[in-house]
Order: sequence, then C-alpha cells, then structure tokens
Amino acid sequence: MISIFGKITLSFQTFRTHKLRSFLTTLGIVIGVMTVIAILSLIEGLNRSVAEQIQSLGSDLIYLQKFTWVSTGHRDLEKLANRPDLIPDDAIAITKLASVEIAIPEINRRLTNLKYRDNEVASPTITGSDENFAWVNNHIVESGRDLSRDDVLHRRAVGIIGSYIASNLFPDESPLGKDIYVNGHRVKIIGVFKEKGTFLGNSLDNFLLIPNTLYEKFFPRERGSIFSRVYGGYSIDIKPRTGKVEQAIDEIRELMRRRHGLTFDEDDDYELNTQQVLLDLYQNLTNVGFIAIVAIAAISLVVGGIGIMNIMLVSVAERTREIGIRKAVGASNQNILSQFLIESVVLALVGGIIGILLGMLLAALISAVSPLKAAVSLWMIALGFGFSASVGIFFGIYPARKAATLNPIEALRYE
Amino acid sequence: MPRRICRAVNIKKMYYRGKMTVEALRGVDFTIHANDYLSIMGPSGSGKSTLVHILSCLDTPTSGEYFLEDRQVSKYTDQELARVRNEFFGFVFQNFSLLPRLSALDNVAMPLLYAGTKKNDRVVRAREILDKIGLGDRINHRPNEMSGGECQRVAIARSLINKPRVIFADEPTGNLDSRTGAEIMEIFDRLVDEGNTVVMVTHDSNVAAHAKKIVKLKDGMIEYD
Repeated sequence: MISIFGKITLSFQTFRTHKLRSFLTTLGIVIGVMTVIAILSLIEGLNRSVAEQIQSLGSDLIYLQKFTWVSTGHRDLEKLANRPDLIPDDAIAITKLASVEIAIPEINRRLTNLKYRDNEVASPTITGSDENFAWVNNHIVESGRDLSRDDVLHRRAVGIIGSYIASNLFPDESPLGKDIYVNGHRVKIIGVFKEKGTFLGNSLDNFLLIPNTLYEKFFPRERGSIFSRVYGGYSIDIKPRTGKVEQAIDEIRELMRRRHGLTFDEDDDYELNTQQVLLDLYQNLTNVGFIAIVAIAAISLVVGGIGIMNIMLVSVAERTREIGIRKAVGASNQNILSQFLIESVVLALVGGIIGILLGMLLAALISAVSPLKAAVSLWMIALGFGFSASVGIFFGIYPARKAATLNPIEALRYE
Repeated sequence: MPRRICRAVNIKKMYYRGKMTVEALRGVDFTIHANDYLSIMGPSGSGKSTLVHILSCLDTPTSGEYFLEDRQVSKYTDQELARVRNEFFGFVFQNFSLLPRLSALDNVAMPLLYAGTKKNDRVVRAREILDKIGLGDRINHRPNEMSGGECQRVAIARSLINKPRVIFADEPTGNLDSRTGAEIMEIFDRLVDEGNTVVMVTHDSNVAAHAKKIVKLKDGMIEYD
C-alpha cells in the first residue's frame, strides 16, 4: 500500500497542475468556513462580555416586581396593572425571613435631563431607595457620604450622584454640597458613587439616588398610564443569604401570597426576577443566532461540497486513462478510491484552513473597527476542520467510487 | 515439458452494443508454459486483443474457465485480481500508456508503488531496469520528451519491474517505424533468451516471426493448421 502521506503529496501535485481550478473549487468552502468562524467568534465575544457584565451587576439579587423580565408571548398589561402595588413594608417583612439577608424598596424613573449652571446630562435615572441601596447593589461611595437612616426617615432633600453625572455636571469642581433641581425641587448632593462602567452599552453611572420617601414626595403616585401602573411602582431588591437563593424564593413566595391574601387556587400576583433569568434570556437569544449560523454554514458548505463533487467528477473523467493505466499495473479499487477520496478531502481541508485563517482575520478586523469583541476558541477551529473534512468525504465518495469501479479495459480505451 | 503457468478453457466473450450482441471470442482454449514465446495473429476484429486482455486479467470472460497455476480466476476477488495484474503479469500496450506527468523513473516504478515496496527500493530497482534497457540517461525525462521507441522501452521496463511470470504485449511495434520496431523486438527476443515468457499480439507477420510459435485467430476462434 501507498502511505497516506504519499497520497497527500500526489493530491498536491494535482492541485499544482490545476491551480486556478482548485482555487475556485475551494472558494465555496473558504467563504462558508470564513463566515462561520467570523460570526461565531463575534457571538462568543459578545457572550463573554455580556456574561461578565451581568455578573458585575451583582448576580445573586432577587427582584420582587409586578412584571416578569422574560415573558413568553403576549403580555396582558391590564392584568399586570391591576396587581397590587409593592410597598416598602414588603421589604421590611421580607428582611425578616430566615434565608434573606436584606430586602430594600427601589423605585425608578427616567428624567429628561439634569442641569447645573451651563452643564446638562440627558436622560439620567432617578432612584428612590434607602440607606442599604448602595451596598446591596455593589455601589461604592467614592466621595462624600452614603444615605443614612435619618435621611430616609426625615425625607431629607439629599442625593448621591453616579460618576457620569458628577463628571458631566461638575467637570471642574467638587459636586459635594452643590444643589441640583429635580422637577423644580432642590436636592443637595452629599456623595458621588464610584464608576461602574456600562451594561449593554448603557452607562451604569448616569443616575441619582435619593431617599425613597423624598421620591414619593417628588413623584406622587397618581393613577397614571397603564405603563406607569405596571412599571412605575416599587420593586423590592432582595439579597438572599449565601447559597440560599432557592430557599429564599420559596419563603418570599409564601410570604407574599399571605400578604396579598391569595387563596390556594389563585395565581401569584407578583413576579420574582433573578439575573439568572436575564442570562437565560440572553442565552436563548444567542442560541437562536447560533442555529441561524449553523443553517447558513450548512447551506454554504453544501454549495461548496457540490463544487468539490463537480470538480472531482471532472477530474475522474479527465483521468480515466490514468485510472486504467494504474489499474493495469496493479492498483486495486481500494487504491484508486483512496487516491481520489484523499484528493477531495485535502481540497476541502485546504479550503477549510484558508477559511479559518480568513475568518479569524475578519473577526479581528471587525473587533478593531467596532465595539464588538471577537473571541476565537479552539472548538471553532476544530469545527471548521471537522466541517470541511466531512464535506470532502461526503462529496468526494461518489466520484471516488466511480473512479474505483471503472473497468480497466474500458478506462484504457477512453479517449 | 516446461511448467504450465496458465490455462484458458473454452473462453467466450460477448459485448453488448445496444441491442446488438458482438461475439468477440467463441470458445478459445489457450495454454501458456514457462519460457513460451507466442504470437497471436489475426485480422482486426478477430478477437486477439480481447484474448490477451482476458489472459492478463485486465478483462473477464463471459463464459469459460481460466486457471492461473490451477486456481480458478473467476473466484478471485477484485483485490486479488489487482495483485495478479501487479505481480503475475506485465503488460505492454501499443500506445505505451505511460502517465504523461511522471518521469520515466516514476512510470517504471509505479507497479512497485502498488506492491508496497519502499521508496528507496523502488528507485534502485527502476533505475537498474532502465539501465539494462538502455535508458539510464533518460530517467528524469517525461514521456513527451522522449521518442516513441524510448517510450516503448520505458513501458517494457515497467512491465518487467515486478519480475512477472508472463509479459503480454499488444501490438508493441504498432506505433513505431520499422527500424525502431525491430529494436523493440530484439529486446523481447533477449527477454525470452533470459528465461522470460512473452505473449504478443500482432498483425505483422515479420513481427510474429520472432516468436517460437504463432497462434492464428479468426472470428473469435483459433485456426488450427
């Protein structure tokens, strides 16, 4: 038998004699593999940064809210709006649960802007909460002081701003002790939070924290639009004790059903959201993307494979006499089969390797000119290899069999 | 009596061309002994090429039995037939049938490739045979860089490389001028003198005269005197 290596060398000789043809044949595979590698590495890069960012939010918090973050299908807003509002007392009750470390009320809305003299920031978030908000949500007070129990109890007109607001409203001076106006009400800045960065492109530092009691005064709860009735009220941020997330969820559920007076046959009238849900949602989204990629890849590889099959059939026809001669001097069907099969696999693999390299290059290029970060993993390269090799085998087997089973005499007579 | 190498009994070969059936061989008996030097003669269409193709296991008969050293060829697997063509027989074609992309050396060494001989041995043996046949200075030439006579000598070298029991030649001088043809025939004469067995097909009586025995074929049957 001829060694595999010998046959591979033989294949390369064939490609050298048909440079342009071999190049064009592999183009389908090159483009297919390149696209897949580039897109996969971009998705992977996105996945990593999203996972990192979600984790940075403080991954173990449970959010008690009127609405769910992830809904399948149609949302009945009317029904959600009619659910009882959550109130700061819920937080107090939940904090007493054995598996809960602390629960705090939180209420948010987006302002059009905040101004200080000539400076302005657009659409900051204003948050009403209590003195535990900062540590529960991993915010660190960088200068000044945090909210105190007294600020909340006495409804003091004080606030702590995120670093984005600090640097934009007070580029040249300390914001501490300065007054800003929210809805015409004066708020004195007593502290600045340390920078947290961005989440999915949004700044996490464009917000103002005030006591929730003050918030209620600024924004009295009126029977507003259906949206504000669903999304405008309090949510309760719950920090479970370490390792007791599941238990906490059970206890909160039981407590809230009791507080809302639900009978056993009534559904929950609140939702418990965790960041795991966000992660799952994101995973689902990228899984859909992933399936789409696989489909595109499959199509382009089939197209590439047909190209290979076509050129291999041409090659078999062109070399019919060669096959006859080789068989006449003792080549077995097996020899001929493997010669042509290796040729098509090598052809596909060369395309695959070029595609992998170009895909990595393309991903690096996109990373360089856009905020997307690419991450090439070993498994993608393996996938590229595997895909192209199997295309080579699958689409090479028919032409190779055709060559192998030629009758030597008829092949020798072929002109 | 010399050793019998192969024996064909009542060989028939039919070709099907659309609805027409062509009977190329109509019951031929043929035996080859060691060191035979046979010529198969006959007009075109007499089935002489078909006969050597069957005898050399390039083709299979429609009916009849063919024995190689008393083993029935019809029972051979494809793999075994490939081995027979590789080791048992050598074949020289009228049109040389060399691979145009390979050098003389590689063409001659090709059967050794399929016999599984190591690369170094392949080169050494092919060079040896090319030297012997007078082409020692042509080993790196490709077929299109050589004359017809040189090509045919390369083809003969190729047929010899595995030390076959029988060398078949189908019109070995058919594509050559008479002087070159005579040179080629001298090679065959010498091979037989050295103990080889040669069976050739020709329609040229001058060529046939080199053989020790002439078999005449007509309409797919052997003509006995």
